[in-house]
Amino acid sequence: MRAFTRLDGLVAPMDRANVDTDLMVPKQFLKSIKRSGFGPNLFDDLRYLDEGEPGMDHTQRPLNPDFPLNFERYHGASILLTRENFGCGSSREHAAWAMEDFGFRCVIAPSFADIFCSNALKNGILPIALAADQVEALFTLLYANEGLRLTVDLASCSIQLPDGALWSFSVDAFRRDCLLKGLDDIGLTLQSAEAIRQFEQQHEARFPWLFRDITL
Amino acid sequence: MAQTLYDKLWDAHLVEQREDGTALIYIDRHLLHEVTSPQAFEGLTLAQRGLWRRSANLAVPDHNVSTLASERADGLAALPDAVSRLQLQTLDDNCAAFNVVEIPLDDIRQGIVHVMGPEQGAVLPGMTVVCGDSHTSTHGAAGALAHGIGTSEVEHVLATQCLIQRKMKNFRVEVTGQLAPGVTGKDIALAVIGRIGTAGGTGYALEFMGSAIRSLTMEGRMTLCNMAIEAGARCGLVAVDDVTLDYFRGKPLAPEGEQWEAAEQWWRTLRSDEEAVFDSTIVLDGNEIAPHVTWGTSPEMVASVHGEVPRLADMPDETAKQGLARALDYMGLTEGMPIQDIRPDAVFIGSCTNSRIEDLRDAAAVLNGKRIAPSVRKALVVPGSGLVKAQAELEGLDKIFLDAGMEWREPGCSMCLAMNADRLLPGERCASTSNRNFEGRQGSGGRTHLVSPAMAAAAAIAGHFVPVAASADGGGEEALA
Repeated sequence: MRAFTRLDGLVAPMDRANVDTDLMVPKQFLKSIKRSGFGPNLFDDLRYLDEGEPGMDHTQRPLNPDFPLNFERYHGASILLTRENFGCGSSREHAAWAMEDFGFRCVIAPSFADIFCSNALKNGILPIALAADQVEALFTLLYANEGLRLTVDLASCSIQLPDGALWSFSVDAFRRDCLLKGLDDIGLTLQSAEAIRQFEQQHEARFPWLFRDITL
Repeated sequence: MAQTLYDKLWDAHLVEQREDGTALIYIDRHLLHEVTSPQAFEGLTLAQRGLWRRSANLAVPDHNVSTLASERADGLAALPDAVSRLQLQTLDDNCAAFNVVEIPLDDIRQGIVHVMGPEQGAVLPGMTVVCGDSHTSTHGAAGALAHGIGTSEVEHVLATQCLIQRKMKNFRVEVTGQLAPGVTGKDIALAVIGRIGTAGGTGYALEFMGSAIRSLTMEGRMTLCNMAIEAGARCGLVAVDDVTLDYFRGKPLAPEGEQWEAAEQWWRTLRSDEEAVFDSTIVLDGNEIAPHVTWGTSPEMVASVHGEVPRLADMPDETAKQGLARALDYMGLTEGMPIQDIRPDAVFIGSCTNSRIEDLRDAAAVLNGKRIAPSVRKALVVPGSGLVKAQAELEGLDKIFLDAGMEWREPGCSMCLAMNADRLLPGERCASTSNRNFEGRQGSGGRTHLVSPAMAAAAAIAGHFVPVAASADGGGEEALA
């Protein structure tokens, strides 16, 4: 996983609540067996005027001129500002892969859905939950100032606004450490292999039926 | 100390509690399907890692399979879509390479992973169960700790048999009284989501309890727990009782003899203690729950079939107002219109929420001897597994659906997420027994109304939503026209 330490990024809006992962990556793109290449299909139904299918040359597709991510002023954005319950619905990690592939490294919202939050953190994307009034203030600032940038510093858990104000945020200590160091979860867990083995032995002695081989 | 059901399941699977608040939790059963597993197997291969415990894993293709018999006659060979064929072939190849047991497409036991799992006894009470699918919450109905995971976690479980977790909070959802005839687990789920919202359960394990829950069959409990995720909760739970034990006794992978006795002894402890403390509680009067219909683009946008679409002026804030306006526009509805004036032109009976035998019986009981309205142009019935299909055919339910003018398909996820060819056209309006009414969920531009199987059947006959009891009594007179 790519480490996340400090990000000075352009902010783009997704001004609606309950953005679900179906909206982030429509199902037809889930046929891919790859982990990469989902960026062009992020918010596909909203971004393009035609109906997207896998294998299309997205550079030739008609863009929806009313969708903010298509606005010139938000090109190159790496921070998405959005509303409550971002990432609800399906567990598809393709949503996080698409965000990352598109260029987003950070999402700011009043709240996130659990599974998306977990998926994002495993893909080097930092979800920051701020109070609803802070998010509202950022939306006001964003709409009033073209080219709004924020500096997100994970080590100090702070966001610096253009006027120099520092806002703090909190993030799970374990996840923060993994992000800062770009650590792979599996490698970490395998450091506890002995504990897992010991647990497994006791578990099997207690619940032997859980360890039956599956024969169908 | 008094414990909740969730606390007990957590403790029984706790490998390691760490100082930073995270924990390693052991996973008993890992279910896999074709959509969220290929990248995980690829990750294992790249890192040269093997499976921690091969026999914990069971795979089945379901999300992206065709539901047409003609396209499944030759296994994968006859599938017309090459991209889908490759995805299904990749599951077969990965299972062969890693020696994971897979129920193949042409096996009668193939079906939606959350229908197949309990049906085979691959999921049992007291287990921890994960799958790269958010509706894994379904299995909480068995008194199992079950939740959906992303693909990175699929890889993590394959390699370590564990997940890194933080303990969730406990949420008690009590449904008192008894449900009226025609009201189902689906209606409880929609009523709960309508009450607490799609984020109301975020960070919680939801335990459903109370007399109305105890009266539900296992199928009804599965429908209810299935939709815990639509309330934001990764898992839903129902305590083990005789209904649970009767369901699992004799299932192919269930323990037998002395092991069953030992299992039953433990399983009977899988209920929250009387004195257990919950972080949140809501109580619903089951006697008062009516059949529900979603009108919007989020499962929380839901009303009683006797109700109406909300009005903009009644919204509490600007975000809610904009959300309502966007939903009305997308759904092609007007504020304040009665739910019963909504006229679906498609009906879908199926999905991991409502494709079990009881669901099909409910729908068939309403449809028996009737025809669907001429305005309903598309009507699919997609059984949850080959075994459900066979049982339904044994009972003659397929005839009822076919005689009513509906299609009787092969098992799969089908039009719930519309990855295959079963999808809505832009603007098409569907009475659907599935779980999500998000924009574009059932096809780009498609409009979804979530309902129970009986309500979908009643709407199919009447051509508009009607209270199911009225339809069963012959109130669907428009269907006769």
